[in-house]
Amino acid sequence: MKESKVDIEFKQVGKSFGSFIALRDINLTVAKGEKIVICGPSGSGKSTLIRLINQLEDFDQGEIQVFGAPLTLKTKSRFRGEVGMVFQQFNLFPHLTVLENITLAPVQVKKLSPEVAQKKARELLALVHIEDQAHKYPGFLSGGQQQRVAIARALAMEPKIMLFDEPTSALDPEMIAEVLEVMSDLAKLGMTMLCVTHEMAFARMFADRVIFMEKGQIVEIAPPSEFFSNPKTDRAKEFLSKLQH
Amino acid sequence: MFEKSFIKACFGSLWASVLSLLFLGVFGLAFVKLSQWMVIDAVFTGTTSEACRDATGACWVFVRENFVFFMYGMLEEKEYWRAQGFVVGALVSVSLLFFKKTRPLGLWLNFLGMPLLALGIIYNPGAEGVTWDTDTYGGLFLTLFVAYFGILWALPVGTLLALGRRSGPPVIKIFCVLWIEVWRGVPLITVLFMSSVMVPYFLPEGVELSKLTRAMVGIVCFSGAYMAEVIRGGLQGVQSGQGEVSRALGLTWFQSMRFVVLPQALQMVSPAILNNFISLFKDTTLVAIIGMFDFLGAVQAATKNSAWLGYSTEGYVFAAILFWLFCYGISKLSRRLNPAGHLT
Repeated sequence: MKESKVDIEFKQVGKSFGSFIALRDINLTVAKGEKIVICGPSGSGKSTLIRLINQLEDFDQGEIQVFGAPLTLKTKSRFRGEVGMVFQQFNLFPHLTVLENITLAPVQVKKLSPEVAQKKARELLALVHIEDQAHKYPGFLSGGQQQRVAIARALAMEPKIMLFDEPTSALDPEMIAEVLEVMSDLAKLGMTMLCVTHEMAFARMFADRVIFMEKGQIVEIAPPSEFFSNPKTDRAKEFLSKLQH
Repeated sequence: MFEKSFIKACFGSLWASVLSLLFLGVFGLAFVKLSQWMVIDAVFTGTTSEACRDATGACWVFVRENFVFFMYGMLEEKEYWRAQGFVVGALVSVSLLFFKKTRPLGLWLNFLGMPLLALGIIYNPGAEGVTWDTDTYGGLFLTLFVAYFGILWALPVGTLLALGRRSGPPVIKIFCVLWIEVWRGVPLITVLFMSSVMVPYFLPEGVELSKLTRAMVGIVCFSGAYMAEVIRGGLQGVQSGQGEVSRALGLTWFQSMRFVVLPQALQMVSPAILNNFISLFKDTTLVAIIGMFDFLGAVQAATKNSAWLGYSTEGYVFAAILFWLFCYGISKLSRRLNPAGHLT
């Protein structure tokens, strides 16, 4: 594959669930290493948009290219792990310890030896500041710790793209900070990152561009400085004013 | 020693005291009567029913004299090795499942070694070179034989059916639904009858399966269908996010089932699976319907022996105690068999 500056490209993408149109006319190009924050009211298609990238959902219209190749049924197994994802509900494996959660995919998919995978898992746990919880089961961790394990688990597959689907929405306020801090650290590592979030202070600091969506469409794309101080559309203005209250 | 709180709970109020005394009274009376019959007035020595003629308690001579028959049924003494070989094999294979390190070997032995051993036991002609008829199999040996294979195979068959019904392609899905609904809708007695009477008509000429093999295949099909629905319940209980995150991490469907979804599903419904095991164990007594003398059938036959008329109570009490012991054992042991977590 030729080295490309573009990681993800959406061309006229549309998607509907039955008669409900989830996405329409999505055009978006994400450069390698770019950090993007996606915001908008609930039901606006934010999650659907990023779930298309690692093929957790299929689309009906248009074309999506990831790493320069179009997504088809065949690519469903190709990007496995290369596009990491962190979910709102953490989705840790409750029957496995923290260490097993992280090593499962590297051992099974990448065929790493358990020893190598465990060594790497411990490094990742150190990166997300929970190296001392390795042998606990997820149920014994706080929400913030669980989400950081989930991040470490996705990172264990050495993804080139990381997707975050409202990673802090299920967390208590005091735990949100610890997760956002880890994400800011990751941003320095140079991965392409797309994050659906309502943490606007974080977006301001983290994002290269902010995407504002409503009713399945991209309404506005702008650098955070511009988007937050001077939104172009009325709908974005309204959305931002509601967030501040 | 009773804790203070326990005594307080039992006699704290008038009502509680009345109920407690009533319970103690009934329980105490039952205990006294039962021990009188079973132990104090019971006859333990002797060799014929003569010894029990004047007894007011149980006649355990009956059980002792027929014990070998209860264990082996009509099996001749020189063929006991078949029963003993099976029991030893099953004990070894099952106990290997309880230790993390030996579990893979245990699985191989249970699902490959034991069926081969069973074929050897059933079809080995023995010293005289006569093809051995499984019709002489009986007693506890037969019960354990049928229950062991029924219980063991119900789980994988049920798992495959449940997976097929939930996420298979349409053809497989229809097949699984039909299979489950048909087998579940038919009484086990009918299944056993069909296996014994009808199946031979449909087998191609020259192919002969022993009645025992046919009955066991029928039981596995039947119990597999029940197990499938239990496991399907467990699969539905696993959050959809678990499958999604497995896909996002790059696990194949098979890997995600094997390492993520099934361990959780099986763990979730383990009480119901256990329930199925126990009821299957007891249902094996139905093979008596097709003329096989399982443990209960052997006990029943012995009570009809003219030398021992009138001792059916002893026979059934003995059968009840033995069945209870086995079911309790299954219940205790399966709790230890945590299907989840033996990774990396």
